[in-house]
Amino acid sequence: MVQTLDLEPIIAKSQDASAGASKFCPGCGHGMVLKTLANTIDDLNLQQKTVFGCDIGCSLLAWNFMNVDSVQTHHGRTTPVIYGVTRALPGTIGIAYMGDGGGLAIGAQHLVNAAVRGENMLIVLVNNTNYGMTGGQMAPTTLPGQKTETTPYGRDCSVTGKPAKGAEMVASIADPEKAYVARSTVSNLRMLRKTFTKALKNVEQGGFSFVEVLSICPLNWRTNAVDTWDRLKTMEEFFTVKEFVSREGLE
Amino acid sequence: MTRTKIVLAGEGGQGVQSIAKILVEAGYEAGKEILYIPNFGVEQRGGVSIAFCQISDEKIGEPRYSKGDIVVMLSDRAIERCETYVDENSTVIYDSSVCTIVPDCKAKQIIPVEANRIANEELSARVFNIIVLGVILSATNVLKLEDIKNAMELALGKKFDAKPELRDLNYKALERGMNLIQKASV
Amino acid sequence: MVKKLITQDTRMFLTGNEVIAYAANAAEAEFMYGYPITPQNEIMHTWCKLLPKTEAGFLQTEDEISAGFSTLGGILVGKRAFTATAGPGNVIMQDAMSMAEMMRIPFVCAVMQRGGPSTATVIYAQQETTLTCFGGNGEGFRIVYSTAGHQDLFDYTIKAFNTAWKYKFPTFLLADGYQGKMREPVTLYDPASRGISMVPTEAIMRAPGLIDVDRKSNHIRNTYNLEEELMEELDKYKEEFERIAPEIEEYEEYKADDAEVLIIAHGIVARSAMTAVDDLRAKGVKAGLFRPITIRPLPVKPMREAVKRAKQVLFTESADGQLARMVLEKIYGLSTPYSTLYKMGVGVTGDDIVKKVEAMVKEPASV
Repeated sequence: MVQTLDLEPIIAKSQDASAGASKFCPGCGHGMVLKTLANTIDDLNLQQKTVFGCDIGCSLLAWNFMNVDSVQTHHGRTTPVIYGVTRALPGTIGIAYMGDGGGLAIGAQHLVNAAVRGENMLIVLVNNTNYGMTGGQMAPTTLPGQKTETTPYGRDCSVTGKPAKGAEMVASIADPEKAYVARSTVSNLRMLRKTFTKALKNVEQGGFSFVEVLSICPLNWRTNAVDTWDRLKTMEEFFTVKEFVSREGLE
Repeated sequence: MTRTKIVLAGEGGQGVQSIAKILVEAGYEAGKEILYIPNFGVEQRGGVSIAFCQISDEKIGEPRYSKGDIVVMLSDRAIERCETYVDENSTVIYDSSVCTIVPDCKAKQIIPVEANRIANEELSARVFNIIVLGVILSATNVLKLEDIKNAMELALGKKFDAKPELRDLNYKALERGMNLIQKASV
Repeated sequence: MVKKLITQDTRMFLTGNEVIAYAANAAEAEFMYGYPITPQNEIMHTWCKLLPKTEAGFLQTEDEISAGFSTLGGILVGKRAFTATAGPGNVIMQDAMSMAEMMRIPFVCAVMQRGGPSTATVIYAQQETTLTCFGGNGEGFRIVYSTAGHQDLFDYTIKAFNTAWKYKFPTFLLADGYQGKMREPVTLYDPASRGISMVPTEAIMRAPGLIDVDRKSNHIRNTYNLEEELMEELDKYKEEFERIAPEIEEYEEYKADDAEVLIIAHGIVARSAMTAVDDLRAKGVKAGLFRPITIRPLPVKPMREAVKRAKQVLFTESADGQLARMVLEKIYGLSTPYSTLYKMGVGVTGDDIVKKVEAMVKEPASV
């Protein structure tokens, strides 16, 4: 006889339980990333000071996910909206949440400038190697040979160049004394939580943090559960999961 | 009026768009004027799936219309969303084995059919939407069974060739659906 | 040389976005630059799927700013290039469209309108009429075709390339998400079979011939030093734009000769208006439709004549009077009173228009 525990699921204070069922596709990675982020905000007791911005694309569905003040912006413009906030009201924990396009395509200009200027914020870039909400087009991070709506015969690197490595780029231009730059993955949520912890501690100390999270999109990848996790493992071989820029005092 | 306006609505995954496409394709192959437009929003999945179809002898004007001649509702959310397309000239068809509420609108007729139960108990859950297609075919009277079968071949022919039993199953589902509405007396 | 896929009349059952891609190929378009935004993505998807057969080119850029400017680049070296966008993408691309307007570059773009402003809906509206006609930081010396269905999408995509390359004003196909996503029958054809030949392209940069041997190097810019220099140039553009207008203007009238209530609508709303006109006539109401096909330049003379003949006018569109404002400016002086049926971001159905006209007949407008 299996004994079941009569427990309610624990939802972080910083996650909005009244938002109802989320609109992400079945199997989407966003839910895991957002929950982990909400838990970390709770761990560090930052709910009251946090402003959360999301981009266009699948990230826009996170507009009412967090129980913190949130703003859905235009495509690629989440970064400038959030550093606009943190410049005007220092002490705000600004989080800009976006996908491949918002960070590395249309938002690349803002990502580069925020990193170079050391804007006091955390940028979370969720990388699922495609543009999901618009129907699965190529993203800067689409893998070689990967089929998308705008690479229907597979991404040809001799034509489109190789996949963009966002964390490496940011690591090479950010100030090593004030930045925290890492890549993590939804295949290890405990590690992701530690990564977010260090990233947010860095923001509390006035620094610039960037965390790229490798995530999954079974809908546009057209993969079943097994193949989806397999694809994620392939991504982890291509996009190194590690801390690129860190320092003492962020644990 | 030579124009028939059909609204089909259900949960994503029930196969609403698939049968809407077969329906208009059948009209196209039969030489009719047709227009089909699905509803669409930001989310890729989830939400109510609605298809607005028109089959006419004359060129069709508007792509979206205020009221449907036939409004098919396959879930509670579909009923709530689509009552606005019903008026006193509409025939409403809803699946009473899926829906827990009954459409509450002033229509010409409101016909319950148990397509889902019949699919699960007699045929296969996967042909639920084809049964609904059979119901619509009887209700509209503007297409022939041959037209629908031709359109189905275009849409599903490859699958049928790989597994011929599927063709029989789908045809059975069509006929079962067609008989449902005669029973309910249009 | 690109390969044309349609060599004879072919009747197909497609979505509007697919039709545009096929039409661009029929027009021998050589390159498409683009960035994803709903509801025009399938133009790119279809273009990409056909690349092995058409041998045309494609680039997905990093955003709409680059899509617009890279399209200009392709055109400047003599390629028949085009792009497509919608909503916020249209807003962003105005930067490149302004450059095209100033430098008289034959920029061709399909605009699949969606709700606005900002992200609004990904679905449908007619709220980019003002933006597409006048969106840059200039006077709107642009040509805009408003389509009302798939045959228009095919015909006017081809025409847009010819209009742009002949007259050198940025030329737009103004459509919407409904047209892009709906399916209806269309006849695709080879323009040559209709006596249409494509206006040849010319390279401004990398033109044939050796520099300092056959030709001088070509320097182009969009900057002026003095106010008077600018005005002189723009006056020339204006004179030319007004002179060619009669060659470009297009419109459609439906039962407008003896119409007592004249409906003025464009794009897909004009189709609903036709449905309404038929219903109203059957009920004994003398309704008619004037549909401008070119929103820029508007067909002013026939429009004024149709308005003069009528007893009342009804402006109806899926926006807050964006077309109406442009028309009212041009029919200044006429005394026909008008009413409005504006539905921002929502489709106008035949029933909507019938009810409104019946109300207008009961209680005519006075202004």
